Amino acid sequence: MNGRPLVSIVSAGLSKFGKLDGFYAREIFAQAAKEAYDRCPVLEPKKDIKALFVGHMGESYEHQGHTGATLADWAGLLHVPATRTEAACASSGAALRAGVQAVLSGLCDVVMVGGVEKMTHRSTAEVTEYLAMASDFPFEQWNGITFPGLFALMATRHMHDYGTTEKDLAMIAVKNHYHGSMNPKAQMQKEITLENALGSKVVAWPLKLYDCSLITDGASCLILTKPELAKKYTDNPVHITGSGQASDTIGLYERKSFTSLAAAKIASKQAYEMADVQPSEIDLAEVHDCFTIAELIAYEDLGFCKPGEGRRLIEAGETRLGGRIPVNTSGGLKSKGHPVGATGTAQAYEMYLQLTGQADKRQVKDAEIGLTHNLGGSGATAVVHVYRRT
Amino acid sequence: MTEQPPFTIEQFCKNIGQGKVLGGKCKKCGKIQFPPRPLCDNCLSKDFEWVEMPSKGKLLTYTIIYVAPTRFQQMVPYVVGIIELENGLRLPGMIKDVELDKTKVDMPLVLEFEPCQPATQWPQWPRYHFRPA
Repeated sequence: MNGRPLVSIVSAGLSKFGKLDGFYAREIFAQAAKEAYDRCPVLEPKKDIKALFVGHMGESYEHQGHTGATLADWAGLLHVPATRTEAACASSGAALRAGVQAVLSGLCDVVMVGGVEKMTHRSTAEVTEYLAMASDFPFEQWNGITFPGLFALMATRHMHDYGTTEKDLAMIAVKNHYHGSMNPKAQMQKEITLENALGSKVVAWPLKLYDCSLITDGASCLILTKPELAKKYTDNPVHITGSGQASDTIGLYERKSFTSLAAAKIASKQAYEMADVQPSEIDLAEVHDCFTIAELIAYEDLGFCKPGEGRRLIEAGETRLGGRIPVNTSGGLKSKGHPVGATGTAQAYEMYLQLTGQADKRQVKDAEIGLTHNLGGSGATAVVHVYRRT
Repeated sequence: MTEQPPFTIEQFCKNIGQGKVLGGKCKKCGKIQFPPRPLCDNCLSKDFEWVEMPSKGKLLTYTIIYVAPTRFQQMVPYVVGIIELENGLRLPGMIKDVELDKTKVDMPLVLEFEPCQPATQWPQWPRYHFRPA
């Protein structure tokens, strides 16, 4: 592919993230769709959009499956072929990739991709139960390993092998809350201190409450088209130049390493090669900080630093706004929120804002090349995309 | 030749219930599938034989669970980890009879079977856990 654009993002939408009482998932998705339509007045959604791919993880939240058709209808796209993709928290990363494939194949000139989750009307115990479904049942869940517990197992081993500390992890939470404080759509728009983070309740040692992402309602979407059609819709498209996706064992215990996610390494290698860029050329990234340790491991898996040196990036402020490679300027899953099915395309939404110069107070100066890293479960799915400004 | 029990998760659990930890050794490539699987992930053969696993191993990593799902809530805080058995194969499990602050990566552990519970609803599988060796 040699770095040529695969597809172009010509518009994007994001609902408010947070506790959206009184709305069903389909209504929240309509908010995101409306923003994408309004951003792109030339687009005639009913006529132009030839398919919808939408990420959604859990039927349990609203006792509602068959989300593809439902969301197509509520987005005003009745009769458009609509497919739900499910890959746990990477559901809409997978939807984005499906959309890229649909456009690249020549089957569709314009597609909508997106995702949604409505979670906050359920009790924490219920949400915990539903999220755990992304991990192995007969050996992990059955032995009392919770979902945060899986990332805690990675953290313990990372601390053992490389000397990473609980403070390093807390610094990631502090950084992402700082970024989120500048995002009007973030669920928690307030800064936290290192003391807040380190003193918060232990969930699964060494992970504490402030190492965990939030329970969130929200939706996100993008409009993709062929690069040659992009200028018809906008003067300022963002190109996707690399796309990678890989899978791994559902059980963490079966993997060779607990301090690195093989699927993320494979997916990023594919995306880098397709985009013809090196990790050192990435100007900013949105990575899957479902837990702080996941962001630290992402630094290493994506090649932003060597294995075991993730702590140096956070300690030196390199991934903070203004640093060498700002990570999670949106606030990440930690502060912006994590409506699981919406997260993959919400990361792409932030990249769209950044690379079109619309990120306001959290704008990364001269951002040209960006990357998104979306994980499912404890890393049994990873989806990585590389983006380029026009 | 007597028919072998199937190389399934359910059979693994039945074996646990009988106080045996067994894996499935692929007759074609020799890889031990543990827990057993009906299809070898290495050579795609489905020809296996049962082999016994060592009950001793060491702790590769662990966490202490403070927030647990309903069925484990009365046990918090409890330790769970991933254990490497003496033959290099791995199993996740709860670690009992250990002081929280004495739990360490690399500590030697031994597998212990728990009494079977009557199967009233799915899933009700026999349990095992680990304790310091």
